[in-house]
Amino acid sequence: MALVCTFNWTGYYLTFEVVWPVAGWLAVARRFAGAARQEAIVETLTFIVHNLPIIGERTLEHISIVGVAVGVAILTGVPVGIAITQSQRTADTVLYLGSIVMTIPSIALFGALIPLLSKIHQGIGYLPAVIAAMLYAQLPIIRNTYTAIRNVDPALRSAAIGMGMSTPQRLARVEIPIALPVIIAGIRVAVVINIGVTAIAAYIGAGGLGTFISRGISQTDIRQLITGALALGLLAIVADYGLLWLQQRLTPKGYASLDPA
Amino acid sequence: MIRLEALTKTYATPRGTVTAVDHVSLEVDVGQICVLLGPSGCGKTTTLRMINRLVAPTSGKVFVDGRDTDLANPVELRRSIGYVIQQIGLFPNMTVGENVGVVPRLLGWRTERIRRRAQELLAMLALEPGLFLDRYPSELSGGQAQRVGVARALAADPPVLLMDEPFAALDPVNREAIQDEFLRMQQALRKTVLFVSHDIDEAVKMADRIAIFQAGRLAQYAAPDELLARPANEFVASFIGSDRTLKRLRRIRVAEVMAPANGTIAAGALAVRASDDLRRVAALLLETGVETLPCIDDAGRIVGRVTRAAVAARLAGALAR
Repeated sequence: MALVCTFNWTGYYLTFEVVWPVAGWLAVARRFAGAARQEAIVETLTFIVHNLPIIGERTLEHISIVGVAVGVAILTGVPVGIAITQSQRTADTVLYLGSIVMTIPSIALFGALIPLLSKIHQGIGYLPAVIAAMLYAQLPIIRNTYTAIRNVDPALRSAAIGMGMSTPQRLARVEIPIALPVIIAGIRVAVVINIGVTAIAAYIGAGGLGTFISRGISQTDIRQLITGALALGLLAIVADYGLLWLQQRLTPKGYASLDPA
Repeated sequence: MIRLEALTKTYATPRGTVTAVDHVSLEVDVGQICVLLGPSGCGKTTTLRMINRLVAPTSGKVFVDGRDTDLANPVELRRSIGYVIQQIGLFPNMTVGENVGVVPRLLGWRTERIRRRAQELLAMLALEPGLFLDRYPSELSGGQAQRVGVARALAADPPVLLMDEPFAALDPVNREAIQDEFLRMQQALRKTVLFVSHDIDEAVKMADRIAIFQAGRLAQYAAPDELLARPANEFVASFIGSDRTLKRLRRIRVAEVMAPANGTIAAGALAVRASDDLRRVAALLLETGVETLPCIDDAGRIVGRVTRAAVAARLAGALAR
């Protein structure tokens, strides 16, 4: 049976994964076209080698924000995605709201969170970064979960109920295992989006790899810019492939190999 | 074993109330196969699905083994009723063995016992357990998959089986084979079976009793031979077809019409056996123009004779089975 994944993640991938680092890469290219090309490469490599501990630290900060945000988004988004399969009306509303969130520029969302979270003295820093990233992760996770569960063959549902499975048993033994590859594809999209969003969270003092880029821009320091762009790109690729591996591992063995993304 | 009392299902639609099943009452005895027969949209599947409460009746009662199913927990009720559907519905994330073991697992059987039961059932359905137990449904042909579907329904040894056009999607050769296997198995298992079909030939072959549905109502409920001999109304007569007499031949055995005789028979001469049905007798009588055929046993000795007149008398006369 066909598992259809309607989520267009290429668009998000382009926005968050390509456009942002490319800004850095363009600066790199311009610099490298000049006479001091060799010098720039050597300078950047030297910078990277000398700052490995701080790069590692910021990578961990980045992973911690993305990890917590996606973790919370999975814990909320998957149940919501399953729940809304019960009602077309609710599903439309929830997916619509999710789409609206996706259209808010991340920098504006951070701005909007400052007055709200200031009330608990968390206007900037880690918490707003996690909350914003978590909101961006909702749509891909909810939509893929919803689509995957909806696409489970009605005959399987009918057979499961007819054989005497309760609703939780049916979800746990039949519907979720069958939907899992598509749900994980949604999580992959969410992770990649979040790595991009979190880079921007450097501007509200959340730390992470975006710090190299924001400082590189403000200090016109090409070394930091390249370091940040390289590390972000690498992190996104590693995370995406890691989750792809997991997705393939968790695809029910009886299926012909399928990559819903 | 199963008793339906004035079972009714109505649906509210924008254009008013539609009655899918209208006061259907019938009773199926232990060990019998009852085929619910009719054109699509006649309410036969809805009736079946009200028995395991996949559809809640609007009014009327269903008794299984004397107990009112209104009072039973639907989930537990379904575990005590085998269910086979046309789309088969094997779970693609589970092996054949795990699929067969679904209900036993729900009932909390031990793993070893579930595996033994699955092996036993696959063997019973002509699937080599060593070969099939650990395969996935995507690796099975349609006929093999539906055999697994039947095995899965039988896994916890439920006294009642509900089968919703189980063999309708199979090719004719496979369908005949799996019907024969099912009938052979039924001889030993004696389940109470409700079997939905739209195919009169399948119904005549499988059924102890046939319930013909017409627009949600039970048009006739009778043994196949009686139904074919005396259709209750125009609808039933047209549904079972103008060749209904020919269809009757399938359900009558030579043993029922032969007169005792003895002697021996020349090698290669025409003969029938007591267990043959009358289709073979009719074919031979028509083909060769003879009036009488000898009936032989396994050793080739004549045990009786079938005459053209005896066949005609049987078709015209008593309906005893």
